Parts: sequence; C-alpha cells; structure tokens
Amino acid sequence: MRAYTPKDNVQAKAYYTDRFYVSPQVPRHDVSSDEVFAADLETISSKFTVNESYIEVGQMVVYINASDIYGVLELVRDELSYTQLTEMSAIDWLAKDNTFEIFYQMLSMTKRKRIRIKYSIQNGQAVDSVNKLFRSADWSEREMFDMFGIEANNHPFMKRILMPYDWQGHPLLKTYPLQGDEFAAWYEVDKIYGKEARDIIGPEIRDTANIDRYDSERFARLGFEQPKGTKITGDEEPTVQTYQEDGGVFLITKFDKDASKIVDDPQR
Amino acid sequence: MAQHKVNYTQDGGLPVALTSIDKIVNWGRSNSLWALTYGLACCGIEMMASGASRFDFDRFGTIFRASPRQADVMIVAGTLTKKHAEFIKRLYDQMTEPRWVISMGSCANTGGMFNTYATVQGCDRIIPVDLYLPGCAPRPETLQYGVMLLQKKIRANHASKAQKAKRLM
Repeated sequence: MRAYTPKDNVQAKAYYTDRFYVSPQVPRHDVSSDEVFAADLETISSKFTVNESYIEVGQMVVYINASDIYGVLELVRDELSYTQLTEMSAIDWLAKDNTFEIFYQMLSMTKRKRIRIKYSIQNGQAVDSVNKLFRSADWSEREMFDMFGIEANNHPFMKRILMPYDWQGHPLLKTYPLQGDEFAAWYEVDKIYGKEARDIIGPEIRDTANIDRYDSERFARLGFEQPKGTKITGDEEPTVQTYQEDGGVFLITKFDKDASKIVDDPQR
Repeated sequence: MAQHKVNYTQDGGLPVALTSIDKIVNWGRSNSLWALTYGLACCGIEMMASGASRFDFDRFGTIFRASPRQADVMIVAGTLTKKHAEFIKRLYDQMTEPRWVISMGSCANTGGMFNTYATVQGCDRIIPVDLYLPGCAPRPETLQYGVMLLQKKIRANHASKAQKAKRLM
C-alpha cells in the first residue's frame, strides 16, 4: 500500500504524485493447495515441459515452452475440459528483456475453474495459431498482430483487425506514443489530400482547452458573439439570442418569446 | 377544378403569394433541411432523440435520410476516427450542392477527450464545417437551435447568385 500522507491541506497542494497506482504484488500460492489444479498440472506436466506454475487470485498460471502451445491447448481442451478460450493476447516486456509474454485464458464450465497458459517469445518471433482448436482465437490473434506485431503461423487471415490495413506501427507497444507518431498524426491528411496538403491544413491541435478569447477568427465567447475578424476588447455587450431575422421570414410565423408558453409540468 | 360551381377567382380568392425568387428559394432550402444520419458515437443518441417525437425535428422540415444523395446537411454526431476519415470525405462528396455540415459535440469539433493516435482532431481537418455545436453530448435543444442558426445562415445567401462551392482547400 502507498504510505499515508496527511490530507488536511489538500486544497492548497497536490498530495498525489504517483501518475499511476502501483499495485502491490498479488500473493501466489502453491498449486498443491488446490486438488483440481494439482491434478490438471500433473496431466500437463506428464506430457509437456512446465517451467513454472502457481495459483494467483484463484486461477492457475502455467508457464510452458512456446513450441508446445498447440499440444497443451489441445490437451486441456480434450482431456481437462477447459473448453473455452475466453481471451488471449500478449504483454510487452521488450524494455525488460526484449520478449513478449503470450497468455491464453481458459475456462472450464464443468469444473468452474480458470487457468492461464503462458509463454515467452523473443521480439520478432512468430507464434503458432490455435485457430483450429478455438474459433475465438481467430480475431484475438489478428488483434495481437495489429496491436503488437506478433504474427501467428497457420492463421487463415493474418491481417489487421482494428487499425486500417495501410497503418504503420503497432499501437499497443509501450514504445508507441499515445498521441501517435508522425505517420499517425498525418494519416488522414496524407491519405485523402496528399502530403502536399500538410502545409495548408496544418498540424493537429492537441490542446483542446486552447481558447483565445481575443481571437474572433476561430472562437466566439458564448453570449458575447462578435462578427468574424472584429477586434475584441473585452468589454463587449451581451448579444441577444434571436431565432429569426428582425424583418421576419417568408411564410413562417414570427417567433415571439413573450407569447411563447413554457411547459414546466413534467407530467403534462 | 371541382364540378360544383365555385368561383375561385372572385374576391381575390386564388391562393397567390408574391415574393422574390431569393426569398422563396431560401425558404425552400432552409425549411427542408434533410439531414444525413451520421451517428458516429453517443452524440448520435441525442441526434436520434432530436428526430423522435418529444423534440420532433420534422417541425423544422428536418427529416433524416439514409443516403447522402438525398441529404442537404451532414450532422457529424460523434467521434471521427482516422480509419473512418476517408469515408466521411466520400459521403460529403456524394452530397449534392448546396450542402452544409454541422459538427456536433466536442469529439467532432476538436477530437474532444480522445487525445489519441486513432482520432481525427476535429472533423474540419477533412471537410468544411458551417456550424460547431459545443457540448458532450449537446442536448437536442442545442441541435435544434443550431439548425435554426443554419437556417438563418442559408437565408442570408442570395439564391440568384451562383454559390461558391465550399472546399477545404
């Protein structure tokens, strides 16, 4: 837990400095503490190499070798009744040791248990597709390719799923900037109008709170609107909201604010 | 004419109105603003509410059309993603002149809270916008007021003059 800091003067100064909450380590238990998981692990380890295993938040986590993934998932589906692949994706550990961690979240409806199969691959390495075992892996593997650039071998349609096909870069990598690289910043302008339009359309304005009240070209102060190009001094009179021109509109009844009726009964 | 003996012309009873071409063309244009249904995100819900019975856009002659060929005004209601940017340009090009664009809500105006790689930071980077509605999301009243302001803008034009086609660049 984060250390307690006194909060009697919170209005004057910001006491919160961590940008993100860093969670404490979740306790891990030995697999032998749960007999269902212990039996499952024994079945897996009798046929495949298990590098590490533990129980975390009531779910068993099993680390295997990357080349065994198809066999392990086939085993847990057919013999251990983990019939659903609820989620799969990758975790970016490139900064730590140049690897990705791939996880497969499995659910057994009969045992009412969840296990997670994990393995690590090097950067640039491809994984084996499990699309033939679980149809849900189809889009998940495409999303993994889209977001991390990890290709799945033997996948029937290994293309991007969320980003456009002509996109460059993989947005969920930790090295990818949140506001996009240069390709992302000019994507729509380059694609629709061409690169020569960059000077005319200009860069993206990322500060949405950027408002200059003395600028009458692009902004209007609500209730104090002035014609475009007027020099704003700051002591303008409030403008009256009108719905129609003073002279009235052809064939349209003139709106009279005083004659209008305000319905304030919600049960009318 | 009816078979019974009604003299429609007596006492000036024929329905005749005299006006200028400008006024009648602008009246026709401004009071039948058919809008392209363009709900991209949660602003689309408010846009649908504006068209439904409680707020009743039909009173203003604004009827939502599902085809850009039949629409006069494009109400960009919601977040415009970069993947969708080429399609908004294509739909805008398919609308017939004269055409207008209302940018509805923070996302369409500036990208709003989606300060990310995947969101267009304001749909006026792609198409020319006539009216920006603030709000997240704007109430249906705001959209109705916006349409009335757009009607005022249309009536200020001279219909007899050829209108300059709006282009972003």
